[in-house]
Amino acid sequence: MKDKVTVITSTCVPLPLENVDTDQIIPARFLKATTKEGFGDNLFRDWRYDKNDKPNPDFVLNQDTYKGEILVGGKNFGSGSSREHAAWAIGGYGFRVIVSSFFADIFKNNSMNNGLLPVVVSPEFLSEVFDNVKADPAVTLTVDLPNQTITNNKTKRVEHFEINAYKKDCLVNGLDDIDYLLSNRQKIEAYEKAL
Amino acid sequence: MSKTLFEKIWEKHVVDTLPDGTIQLYIDRLYCHEVTSPQAFAGLRSRGLKPFRPDRITCMPDHNIPTLGQERPIEDPVSRKQVETLEENAKLFGLTYYGMNHPKNGIIHVVGPENGLTQPGMTLVCGDSHTSTHGAMGAIAFGIGTSEVEMTLATQCIMQRKPKTMRIVVDGKLKHGVTAKDIALYIISEMTTGGATGYFVEYAGEAIRNTTMEERLTICNLSIEMGARGGMIAPDEVTFEYLKGREYSPKGKEWDEAVAYWKTLCTDDDAVFDKEVHYRAEDIEPMVTYGTNPGMGIGIKENIPTVESVDEAGRISFKKSLEYMGFNGGDPIQGKPIDYVFLGSCTNGRIEDFRAFASIVKGRKKADNVVVWLVPGSWAVEKQLKDEGIDKILEEAGFQLRQPGCSACLAMNDDKVPAGKYAVSTSNRNFEGRQGPGARTILAGPLVAAAAAVTGVITDPRELMN
Repeated sequence: MKDKVTVITSTCVPLPLENVDTDQIIPARFLKATTKEGFGDNLFRDWRYDKNDKPNPDFVLNQDTYKGEILVGGKNFGSGSSREHAAWAIGGYGFRVIVSSFFADIFKNNSMNNGLLPVVVSPEFLSEVFDNVKADPAVTLTVDLPNQTITNNKTKRVEHFEINAYKKDCLVNGLDDIDYLLSNRQKIEAYEKAL
Repeated sequence: MSKTLFEKIWEKHVVDTLPDGTIQLYIDRLYCHEVTSPQAFAGLRSRGLKPFRPDRITCMPDHNIPTLGQERPIEDPVSRKQVETLEENAKLFGLTYYGMNHPKNGIIHVVGPENGLTQPGMTLVCGDSHTSTHGAMGAIAFGIGTSEVEMTLATQCIMQRKPKTMRIVVDGKLKHGVTAKDIALYIISEMTTGGATGYFVEYAGEAIRNTTMEERLTICNLSIEMGARGGMIAPDEVTFEYLKGREYSPKGKEWDEAVAYWKTLCTDDDAVFDKEVHYRAEDIEPMVTYGTNPGMGIGIKENIPTVESVDEAGRISFKKSLEYMGFNGGDPIQGKPIDYVFLGSCTNGRIEDFRAFASIVKGRKKADNVVVWLVPGSWAVEKQLKDEGIDKILEEAGFQLRQPGCSACLAMNDDKVPAGKYAVSTSNRNFEGRQGPGARTILAGPLVAAAAAVTGVITDPRELMN
């Protein structure tokens, strides 16, 4: 069982860059572990720390002003490598939702398979959130998965977001694909017989 | 009803369709490397399961392995443990395993095709985004995450949404000195790094049809760099000729039957794609990247774009990118001094890439200011280039060959480019820190890499060609 995702209201951490790739989320040299734990410590490692491993004060994760369970990123978030370690790092750090106007495919699947909800919003919604949070870091967003809505609680702007019914069911109930696939094994064997 | 190549293969692998359209897709082959599989095997064990179809799974380490001294155990204890974990899992579950130093070891995306493991009409996955490579043989091949590796181990199936389809047609003939890598970097620069997200691409047109099998592998390999789920090319005589006689290729009567089936794997004349794009081969020049994603590519004779030429929303990222690279918008890229050259990777680590590199450096000398890493994609590639005497040409020009592996493409082993240094690399990603923290990557094809290796600056290889 994974953590169930239903309604989350939180302040957010803004990262207004486009094309944030999974090599930035978790650099390759940190992929050598054989478990899923501990990746959060190296989330955005090379943006978060300088070459002497000192925290970079300009990076958002090092600024006390910004905290929360929601990460807000620019367009095409999670591009590049298929490393699921990127989802483990973001989840391990404590985020439960990522908001962007556009996600890379494999990253989006990996997130959902780890109880981390990717929410696609319009470019207008996204830029408004970046502006609001910059002006007032206490601004919160509410993500309501059962109703598939996201609300900017500062402006009261609400958007509907898309998620397929199967994945939504998995996330809301903390189930994963293997549970489902194992229950459907007879169909797999029937398929193989017909080959 | 008329169908695309993608639809023909996809529909044949649908086990079940859920009411919301989610598809349970059967997977013919799973490739496992050491980085993205340990947690999947651990998950399998914790559920008390075994691989459902072990004969459909092939394992080999490639990301961590050193490219010097493979005769000895890996020095880095964490890398060594990851490789050993794959070996233990493969042994425990009776899976085919090509370990370090095995004659069939190499980069999984090089080894799969060269052994005939990858075949037309298959569905194929691996916990690696460059699995798109195998689409070159007329297969549906794409990268997956570790959870999906576990699903495939457990049930030989994954849950997927059907992607949209796109056809990219490259008409006409390529100019002299333009390689498959240049075709791909050109397409990505036009599409942008996220431009094909949500699509499965079929490459077609005269320029694609005229490529060799290895060139097709290079083109499909880079499909993910424009966000595509995968890329594929319809199998034809080039594909069949390449596959014939390889270890896992069908033999005898089975071969004839397979070819007869493979010949049906093409897009019907009146099939419709969700999107169709056309490019002209004669517009493509030798390409290089100047920024920190593979979509930031230009012809080698062009100037680096200025911040003003970019959409307003993308300017922060663009400026950050040029600052990282130490480049100024408006400057020519040709003539920029470089420090490292890397020939290798699942993109350009095959025999034809080494032949191309050797054709430029033959009779010339390595530039003194440049460190050059030449890393064959597999032991089979290494053997062949020695059989052809390419190693001698390289040695005479002052270069040394290393041992196979992913190497400096993602620098998980010791092959790291130092901070601030420029590397002309035949690999697939120029992301910040990809080749080592602070390293600056310029992606290019093997000819541009060779020209840089002998001149020490970014050079149009056509100036060195007869």
